[in-house]
Amino acid sequence: MPELVLQLTRAGFLLLLWLFVVAALRIVRSDLFVASGLRASLPMSRRVARAERNRTPRQLVVTAGGLAGTRISLDGRPILIGRADDSTLVLDDDYASTRHARLGFQGGDWFVEDLGSTNGTYLDRAKVTGPTRVPPGVPIRIGKTVIELRS
Amino acid sequence: MADAVPVQDTGAAPGALPPTKRGLELIMLAFATIVVTTALVLVELNQPQGLTRSVLYDGAAYLALFSAAHIAVRYLAPYADPLILPCVALLNGLGLVVIHRLDLADETTAASVGSPPPAGNLPHQIAWTALGLGLFVAVLAGVRDHRQLARYGYTCGLVGLGALALPGLLPAALSEVNGAKIWLRFGPLTIQPGEFAKILIMIFVAAFLVTKRDLFTTAGRSVLGMELPRARDLAPLLMAWGLSLAVLALEKDLGTSLLFFGIVLVLIYVATERASWLVIGLMFFLGGAVMSDLLFRHVHRRVTAWINPFADYDGAGYQMAQSLFGLGTGGVFGTGLGAGRPDLVPEAHTDFITAAIGEELGFVGLAAVLFIYLLVVMRGMRAALTVRDTFGKLLAAGLSFAIGLEVFIVVGGVTKLIPLTGLTAPFLAYGGSSLLANYILVALLLRISHAARAPAGASGPRKPVAPLAEARTEMVQRP
Repeated sequence: MPELVLQLTRAGFLLLLWLFVVAALRIVRSDLFVASGLRASLPMSRRVARAERNRTPRQLVVTAGGLAGTRISLDGRPILIGRADDSTLVLDDDYASTRHARLGFQGGDWFVEDLGSTNGTYLDRAKVTGPTRVPPGVPIRIGKTVIELRS
Repeated sequence: MADAVPVQDTGAAPGALPPTKRGLELIMLAFATIVVTTALVLVELNQPQGLTRSVLYDGAAYLALFSAAHIAVRYLAPYADPLILPCVALLNGLGLVVIHRLDLADETTAASVGSPPPAGNLPHQIAWTALGLGLFVAVLAGVRDHRQLARYGYTCGLVGLGALALPGLLPAALSEVNGAKIWLRFGPLTIQPGEFAKILIMIFVAAFLVTKRDLFTTAGRSVLGMELPRARDLAPLLMAWGLSLAVLALEKDLGTSLLFFGIVLVLIYVATERASWLVIGLMFFLGGAVMSDLLFRHVHRRVTAWINPFADYDGAGYQMAQSLFGLGTGGVFGTGLGAGRPDLVPEAHTDFITAAIGEELGFVGLAAVLFIYLLVVMRGMRAALTVRDTFGKLLAAGLSFAIGLEVFIVVGGVTKLIPLTGLTAPFLAYGGSSLLANYILVALLLRISHAARAPAGASGPRKPVAPLAEARTEMVQRP
């Protein structure tokens, strides 16, 4: 192969290899903000913007306990919390019951109900006895775990 | 039971389902195919044989194999990470190209001497890749929920230990190749059970730590602002350490022993979030390293070859020195694919494949390859951060850390940062067991990342929940 072609293909292939890396990094960047909840710096999509205006919580955040930092995005389906394997949020917490509590969505609000747990579910300081509306940002205590809804 | 009025599931979702990003995966796979085919064309152009039409078939076969894997992911784990499979595909493809390139070089050498052309390594590696992808699909199909693996924790641990120990206990005729007793020979077929043991033991350690985590967080004495664990809680770590040393002594395998201890240590650290475990582990490691340098001849030989490979250039230091010459020849931009002499390094297609890449693609190319490894590890760690159960977090962290550590040990060895160990670069290097095991590893990682990214409730078949009063009594297994 002529020397010039060799030199050109040599540089070209390295460029191609790095283009792959750059393309991969762009994908990394595109979903960097989705799960972290930092949405402020990104141009909002219309759907997200509307939800923000309605003040509907879009995320469940674990703020204390073994799973602290975990987030679940809310899509209207009920959320089961407990130590059972098929729960949405599987707690690894000695003070939680197998099926401890449930969060359900109705008429634009989220409600929490206790599923007959041993140690009870607390919304802020009050024990949850029946389905109770959960305002965004108010902590729900289950055993050692604290969760809250965020918009 | 007097139940309160249940919260109705209205199904009025405030948002649509999040995107699965499978399209991005397909685009990146196509990109990887372009890169690999270009590499193949360049290799052939730079060889005296010239370009043959087989290049087209090879490219098409590569695309077909990974498209099949992509379709399997689409059906079996639709929310899995879109970057892991294309990165792995690119690494595997580049590995195939470099192995092909070394085969061509061997043919040229044989022709110039006048001996018959040697059997190439490429057909084997292609067969292993196809088999590996088959296994990848099988694992994705078989393990529908990674949490079910936790139930087999102790079984996995036992089988893993057995697989790790088996070659060491068998007679050398059945298990020894090139001085390392890490093989099992079935006629013409040889496998390295240690590669599979790595994954099984990771599952065991993750499951063990989920149930026994409190044991590791019990505070002992506080020294220098660091809480040390109590002496009796050190037993599991000590056992892992002893086992690593046993592997080193019986099987003469530095790499596996290092990898195994590193994985256990990091999993304990991830589970407890306490740096004191890392400090203790590193002290154990240093003690073990110094001890094995003094006790074992095969370790001492590697350390001497590492400190000064040129002292015994024609003997123990030859491979290392050739690798350094190769990397030096490559320089910053490399000699160009197919234009260097990477075949001068012994075992260039397995342990020293990164030296071959460093020679032909230079520092820039090798850095890109390392970056792609980094992407795989990063996406795995991200799955570990976002998945919602502790076992999944530990397992994903362990799996992705294992890839990172293995790459560090291999590239560190080849570039003379640390002594040479005999591990091979995952996906890149020639070797059936390593390829199969790493495809299983990636399948598990994709399974966990699917669970992490899937919207709540979509990650598995939902069981209908009968009202408690009407439900029958049934045996329920603890997870």
